[in-house]
Amino acid sequence: MYFTLLIVVILTAIVLVAVALGLAGVISPRSFNAQKGEAYECGIPTRGNSWMQFKVGYYLFAILFLMFDVETVFLFPWAVVVQDLGVYGLFSILFFLIILVLGLAYAWKKGALEWK
Amino acid sequence: MFDFSIITNWIHEQLISFMPTGLAVFVECVAIGICIMLMYAVLAIIMIFMERKVCAAFQCRLGPMRVGPYGTIQVFADVFKMLIKEIITINHADKFLYNLAPYIVILASIMSFSCLPINKGLEVLDFNVGIFFMLAASSIGIVGILLAGWSSNNKYSLIGAMRSGAQMISYELSIGLSILTIVVLTDTLQLSEIVERQADGWFLFKGHIPAFIAFVIYLIAGNAEVNRGPFDLPEAESELTAGYHTEYSGMHFGLFYVAEFVNLFIIAGIAATIFLGGWMPLHIPGLDGFNQAMDYIPGFVWFFAKAFFIVWLLMWFKWTFPRLRIDQILTLEWKYLVPIGLVNLLLMVIIVVFKLHF
Repeated sequence: MYFTLLIVVILTAIVLVAVALGLAGVISPRSFNAQKGEAYECGIPTRGNSWMQFKVGYYLFAILFLMFDVETVFLFPWAVVVQDLGVYGLFSILFFLIILVLGLAYAWKKGALEWK
Repeated sequence: MFDFSIITNWIHEQLISFMPTGLAVFVECVAIGICIMLMYAVLAIIMIFMERKVCAAFQCRLGPMRVGPYGTIQVFADVFKMLIKEIITINHADKFLYNLAPYIVILASIMSFSCLPINKGLEVLDFNVGIFFMLAASSIGIVGILLAGWSSNNKYSLIGAMRSGAQMISYELSIGLSILTIVVLTDTLQLSEIVERQADGWFLFKGHIPAFIAFVIYLIAGNAEVNRGPFDLPEAESELTAGYHTEYSGMHFGLFYVAEFVNLFIIAGIAATIFLGGWMPLHIPGLDGFNQAMDYIPGFVWFFAKAFFIVWLLMWFKWTFPRLRIDQILTLEWKYLVPIGLVNLLLMVIIVVFKLHF
């Protein structure tokens, strides 16, 4: 039943966008002008391609995020049962968190968190 | 509390009394889809109107006043205006990805929107991994934003999308950690179940100091997650025209705009659900008459009141703090909020394991 509902929700989203865009396509005006297809930048014709190499700092944070997001994924099942596990659960996750915090401290010390 | 599943079950029985079960389920699915769409559109309109009026109030202006009484029809006029604008696709864009991006943004928004427990028996998606699913669904939106910025082939869009991506993935950690703090306290992930556990006190009050710290972290991170307020540099209009949706016109832009506002409501709705008790009324132990009077107010009124209170709080944020730089945003997240969140989580575990909570 939940799977059916999930499909219904996904279809709803697609239909909503399609209907909105279709309606706009039907009632909106159409006119051709060669200038319309140009990129909206400063008024003068754009120079060079925008698909180029980009600052590496963003990717560095993405890699850091990956580490901590996977950590969160591991923590969720543990968080559900920690009340039953008690002190055992507390200590077992303590080691996990210490390793992660060491990782963050290492990245911090290496200057990965500085924006240069 | 009034249970809405009585009504939905009654509708289901009425339908299967005169048509085969398969057809009845199909009709119900269509009805659910239409309800979600209507709710989504109406909420977006209410949010946009509220944003304009609240902003105006914070700046000692009147806001929209001309169209309709107190400007109430202004947003409808805006929607109509957006519909009659031409949809332009620029020449050098990656056409497929450019047209795909609004679908992904709206998909992420609607998927997390339909998880919100509005009333008892009124939640559409009530998985046993509800809050986890919601986090996962809402993070799909980042893909849409990155696609929009990348495929536009415009430097402003690309910078806006990259900033937005870095900021949103970073602040998602803090959202995850603060939600985790509450999950430790509840030992369930199901949203309706989380609300039920707050019958004898909202988690903001039940969870001691860690819950309060988590609430504050959640508000900051949630504000950054929807690219608003002091964290709105992905579309810093004075530097980047409009950020990742610079090249989108008409209804294409409208969809991004609507998703942004409903995402704000979703963030507020999650906060209302896990910290402020969702549709649970306010109960003060010892005051029985007061508690019974509060029980008469329907659950969805409570939910929307709490959610809109948090929306108002986030709007207040927006007009109070100046915009941060990208390095300040990432410093705030990685050097302050993540360590505080981890320590806070540990504190909550100690409280839960040694049974120190109320």
